[in-house]
Amino acid sequence: MQKNGSKGEKNSTDTVLNLQSHTFRHGVHPPENKEETNKLPIRQFPFSPLIILPMQQHIGAPSRIIVKEGQEVVRGQLLAEANGYMSVPVHAPVSGKIRKIAKVPVISGQMTEGIYIETFHYSGQEVNEGIPISLDTATPEQILKGIQDAGIVGLGGAAFPTHVKLKIPEGKVCGHLIINGIECEPYLTTDHRVMLEQANDIFIGIRYLIKATGAKQVIIGIEGNKQDAADHLSKLIPADLPVTVQVVPVKYPQGAEKMLITSLLGKEVPSGGLPIDVNAVVVNVATTAEIGRLLPHGQGIQERVITITGPGVKKKGNYLIPVGTPLRYVLEQVGAAENISEVYMGGPMMGVAVSNLDISIVKGTSGIVVFGEDNIPKTEKIFPCIKCGACVDACPISLNPSKLGILAKSEGYDTMAEEFHLMDCFECGSCSFVCPSNIPLVQYFRLSKGIIRKRNAEKTAKANV
Amino acid sequence: MFSKTLHISTSPHIRQGMSTDMIMRHVVYAMMPLVIFAVVSFGINALLVIVTAVASSVLTEHALCRWSGKSSTVSDWSAVITGILLGLTLPPIFPLWMTFLGGIVSIAIGKFVFGGLGSNAFNPALVGRAFLQAAFPVAITTWHPSFLEGRFYSISKSVAAFPFSTPVVDGISGATPLTAFKFDKVTADTADLAFGFISGSTGETSAVLIILGGIYLAVRKMMNWRIPVAILTTVFVLSGILDLIDNQVYPSPQFMLFSGGLMLGAVFMATDMVGSPITPKGVVVYGAFIGLIVVVIRIWGGLPEGVMYAILLGNALTPHIDNLIRPRVYGTKKTKS
Ligand code: SF4
Ligand code: SF4
Repeated sequence: MQKNGSKGEKNSTDTVLNLQSHTFRHGVHPPENKEETNKLPIRQFPFSPLIILPMQQHIGAPSRIIVKEGQEVVRGQLLAEANGYMSVPVHAPVSGKIRKIAKVPVISGQMTEGIYIETFHYSGQEVNEGIPISLDTATPEQILKGIQDAGIVGLGGAAFPTHVKLKIPEGKVCGHLIINGIECEPYLTTDHRVMLEQANDIFIGIRYLIKATGAKQVIIGIEGNKQDAADHLSKLIPADLPVTVQVVPVKYPQGAEKMLITSLLGKEVPSGGLPIDVNAVVVNVATTAEIGRLLPHGQGIQERVITITGPGVKKKGNYLIPVGTPLRYVLEQVGAAENISEVYMGGPMMGVAVSNLDISIVKGTSGIVVFGEDNIPKTEKIFPCIKCGACVDACPISLNPSKLGILAKSEGYDTMAEEFHLMDCFECGSCSFVCPSNIPLVQYFRLSKGIIRKRNAEKTAKANV
Repeated sequence: MFSKTLHISTSPHIRQGMSTDMIMRHVVYAMMPLVIFAVVSFGINALLVIVTAVASSVLTEHALCRWSGKSSTVSDWSAVITGILLGLTLPPIFPLWMTFLGGIVSIAIGKFVFGGLGSNAFNPALVGRAFLQAAFPVAITTWHPSFLEGRFYSISKSVAAFPFSTPVVDGISGATPLTAFKFDKVTADTADLAFGFISGSTGETSAVLIILGGIYLAVRKMMNWRIPVAILTTVFVLSGILDLIDNQVYPSPQFMLFSGGLMLGAVFMATDMVGSPITPKGVVVYGAFIGLIVVVIRIWGGLPEGVMYAILLGNALTPHIDNLIRPRVYGTKKTKS
C-alpha cells in the first residue's frame, strides 16, 4: 500500500507494509550473516599516515590531477578535476602533503595514475567549505553539476557517476524516484546503518534528487531484515515530501536496479534499456545521504561508510573510512588474523577478491569481508553439469546458465549472445551460488562477455575504416 | 582456454552447499528401503542380482576412466545409482552373468560413449535394461513369486547359471500382475500392489516404499517432484477415462498406477536430472509425454510393460523440449526461439 506524505497520525506499520504482491522472478537466499555488525553504530576510522588515491575510482574517464608534488593540501580540497562529462573529480580525504604523483595499484591488478598523500599528524582534519548549492534557488542543471563537482558516484558498489544517471534524457519523465536501501549482499550493513543514523541527510538528499529529476513520487525500498530502519525512516518523513517506505521480502539480488524496480513497481526494464525507460530512477541510499550532506556545503567526498566483517577480523564494525586508506592499514587496525587467506571488497556474492593488500579503499567500496586460513570454505570439487536446473530456477533474468556454461566451454560466444541473451546477465552470481556441480558459471560469463565486447568493438572499428 | 581461470577465486565467494556427489548419495539412501524390501520379499537371489549390478557398474566406470586416462569418477556415486536401478528392474532370479553384462552395457554404452556423467542422453540403467530385454527376452520375463519359503538360503539355479549358458527356469513361475492382466485380464488387489505382496522385478513391487523414497528426495530438493507427479497424473487421468469408457476391457486407474515398473520409473528413473528437461514447464511436458506413452504401450502395445521405453523416449525428447520451452528473458517481450 502506498500512502503519500501526510504525517503525524500515521502509524509506522501502515506506511512500511508492501502489500503489492510483485516480486522479480527467481532469486536465491544466501545466509545473511548481518547480525554481527548491524547493531554496531558507525565509527570514525583513524587517519592512515599515508593515503593512496587512485584517479580512477569510478566508471568513466580517470580524473585529471591539478596538484603538484610537494604541495600541501587541506581536507576536502580539489585534487583532480573531472575529465569530461563521464567523469568525476577527486578531493583530498585528509589534510597533508602530496608526496608523489605516480602509478598506484588497484583491485583489478593493474596500476593506474594516482596521488600519494602524507597525512599531517596533528591536523584537526577540518573540512574545507565550498560554495553551497542552494535547495531553493538551484536549477536542476546546477544540482547535477553540484553532484558531479562533489565527486559523487554510486556508493552501492557500481561507482557509476551519479550525475549521469540522474540526467533525464529528452522526452522522458521520471515518475518514480527509488531510493535503494535493499542491501541484499550478505554480511554488509553499511546502508542499514546509514538509514538508522543519517535519516536527516537522506531526506535532504531526496529534496535535491526530486529537484534534479522532477520525480513525482519517491519510494524508499528496504528489505524485511531491516524493519527497524524502515520504521525509523517512515517516522521521520517530512510532511511536504511525497515519500513512502516500502518493505519487501528478503531475496537476492533485489538490490539490483532492475530487480528492485520490478519488486516495487511491477514493471520490467526492457532488455538493454535503463530504468528511465519505465519512468524510474534508482539511487542508492548511502549515495542519497552523501548528496544531502555534501551539497549544502559545496564539499566533495572524503570518506565513506564501510562494513568490515568476516571470520578473519576481530573488530568487526561499520566504519567511516577516508577514501584512499590503504587496505593493509585498515586490516591492521581492525585486528585481522595473521593468516588471512581471502579478502574481498564488496559482498560475498558480487565482491571482488583482493590479490594485493597494497590497494586502497575507493568510493565504491561498500564492504570488506575477511576470511582466515581456518575458515575459508574449502575449494569444492567441480563436477560436470548434471542439468539439475537449479541455476535456471535461480537466475533473476530467466537465462539458462547451464546452456550458457556449456556454450562457453565450446566457445560458442555468438550463440550465447544472440540466442541465449548472455548480454542481459549482470553477473549477480545466483547461478554459481546454487550449482551443485560448483561450475564457475559467472566467471565463464564474465570472460565470454569480455570476448564478445572486444569482438564487437573490432567489428565497429573495421566498419569505420 | 578457460582451464586456467577455473581455479581463480571469483565471485560468488559463497556456495549454497549442495553438491552433486551429495545429491547422488542421497538418491542411494532413498533407494535403500527398496533394496531391503527386495531382499525380504525375494530372498538371497534378489540380493545377489542387485549386488552384482552395482559391482559391475562401478567396476566398469572405474575401468573406463582409468583406460581413458582420467581420474576415476566412481566417487560421484552416479555409477552406484545406475547399478542399483538396474538391479531393481531385473527379475529376482535373473542370471548373474547377464546382470553383470547389463551393468557393463549401462555404463559403457549408456553413459561413457556420450562423454560420462552429465552428457548421457538416456538413463544409463535403462539402456542396460533395454539391452538385456533385447538379448535375453526369456530370462527377463521369467518372474518369480515373492515371499517363498526358503528364499533366504536357496540360490536359484537360474541365478547361478554358468556364463553364456541358457538358464534353467525353476519350476515355479509367478506371473506379474501386469502380465496376468495383459494376457489373462486378471487384475490384482490394489492394496497388495501398493505394499508389494506381488511378483515383479526386484525393486518395483512396493509402491509405498518408492513413494516414501521420492518424498525424502523431493523434500531435500534433490529431485524434481513435478516429474513423477506429471507422469502419474497423466496415467491416472488417461486410464480413468478409458475405464469410464469400458471397464471390462480397460484396467482400473489404481491398477495402472501401482502395477509394474511405473512407480519405480516415475520416481527414480524419469527423474534422472541429466535426461530430463531443465525448466519447470519442460518437465511437466516431459512427464505428461511419458505417462501417455506408458498408457499407450500397456493398453494397445504388444508388451505388458512400457515404462522403460516411455522413459527412454522421454529422454530422447528432452533436448527438443528444452529448445522449445524457454522462460521469457527479463525485459523481453517474447522468447526468441
Ligand atoms: S550471474 Fe547472470 S546468468 Fe547467473 S543468475 Fe545472475 S544474471 Fe543469471
Ligand atoms: S546448477 Fe549447475 S549442474 Fe545444475 S543445471 Fe545449472 S550448471 Fe548444471
